[in-house]
Amino acid sequence: MTDTEVIDIINDSMIKEFEFNPSSMTPDAHLVEDLGMDSLDFVDLVVVIQNAFGVKLRDEPKVRNIETLGDLHKLVMDKKRELEAGVK
Amino acid sequence: MSKRRVVITGMGTVSPFGQGVKCLWENLLRGHSAVQIVPEMQKLKGLRSWVAAIVPDVDANIIPRKKRRFMSPMSIYSTIAALEATAMAGLSEDRITDRGTGLCLASTMGSTSESEAFFQEMNRTGSIENIKSTMFFKTMNHSCAANTAQALGVTGRIISPSAACASSNLAVGLAFEMIAAGKQDVMICGGSDEHHCLAPAVFDIMNAASCKYNSEPKQTPRPFDINRDGVVCAEGAGIIVLEDMEYACRRNADILAEIIGFATFSSPENMANPDSQTIAECMGCSMSQARINAEEVDYLNAHATATIQGDIAEAQAIGAVMGDKVPVSSLKGNLGHTMAASGAMELIASIQMMHYNTLIPTRNLVTPDPECDVIDFVIMPREIEINVILKNSFALGGINSAILIRRCRND
Repeated sequence: MTDTEVIDIINDSMIKEFEFNPSSMTPDAHLVEDLGMDSLDFVDLVVVIQNAFGVKLRDEPKVRNIETLGDLHKLVMDKKRELEAGVK
Repeated sequence: MSKRRVVITGMGTVSPFGQGVKCLWENLLRGHSAVQIVPEMQKLKGLRSWVAAIVPDVDANIIPRKKRRFMSPMSIYSTIAALEATAMAGLSEDRITDRGTGLCLASTMGSTSESEAFFQEMNRTGSIENIKSTMFFKTMNHSCAANTAQALGVTGRIISPSAACASSNLAVGLAFEMIAAGKQDVMICGGSDEHHCLAPAVFDIMNAASCKYNSEPKQTPRPFDINRDGVVCAEGAGIIVLEDMEYACRRNADILAEIIGFATFSSPENMANPDSQTIAECMGCSMSQARINAEEVDYLNAHATATIQGDIAEAQAIGAVMGDKVPVSSLKGNLGHTMAASGAMELIASIQMMHYNTLIPTRNLVTPDPECDVIDFVIMPREIEINVILKNSFALGGINSAILIRRCRND
């Protein structure tokens, strides 16, 4: 899976789950200040991402550091690389 | 301390016919049935009843996502109905969000579909890691009350008097008492429910669900009819706005009716079987509160769900208290049994009957059961002057209730 495919899946999943306007899904979009997400949305975001990629994020400390959509893209891409490296 | 008079100034509904009071009324006036075959019921082994009255698609997107994410269908229905009711009442946002405005709204239980999904996931994976944060808010017993209050911004008291099929009659009655006692000035009240196979399964297990009309669903239920064979489950919401009459008059609100009596009594002899004597006492008590005689009641909207025992118990109670001169009909033949919504939804339809001086007959009542035939059944639309209406509503668990309303008079 390419980085572009990962970004597309994350964005599409969030548009569907949180009804975001696709035009607002820019890497620098702040999840709270720009997209209006709150603490419960973050819980559900983790569930959505886990289901989309088969990764475990619930107890991942780095999740707490996510501020922008770009941060989220990077975390998921890193997590997938870790998993793929582990498999190899 | 004298009690305050309480009036109805707004109504809203999501019924099996669709969205809005106008839609409900037009379909009732035409004698339509909302009952249909439900394929998912056909697939459930052992379930003999395959018919229900289901709400057609509603536009849930009028509720913002941040509010809607906690809502199962029952809360979506109640919120849409509450928006209609408060708009009809002409309540300002300031009034709705004032501490003097409360909400009394109930369902039979929280969302069964959401509970089912949670346990399916838990059993399938042995894990809760994929459960969303919003799930619990849909399964709470007071989910539709909490969600509707959150969506409208209600800040007064929130009460959710779950009492199975009598839930919304109780909700309206309790709201009436709170305003009369001066505890609140305005109450948004009623009931809501969403369909799940659990409801018809419960009735079918007790041999009280309609099973003989699966191939001709619009022939059932058949309240008071000799060929009735049980309940047809349904869903929807009925919401009513009640106000202190003085407050409503001060703001020149359009008053739809006045509530003048409410009674609820328990019949502890049997969890499932209705008790004719207690039903009679509920009707009698609500009339004595208002100093109204049976002869002054122009119409009685029956609970009558088309069960064998329930219809007989209610008809005999009506006959004993009201005699055979008061016109009686049940709307279950059109709507099915909308469970927690039924009391308020049928009260809304009754207020429409009062407004138009037109009685809606009992659909599918062709041959009255001789054991029920002690009252004046409305079997054809009837145009008469309607000033006073009695509304019955009962529930499993020995819950019995009656609400008395009249056309509003300034005396």
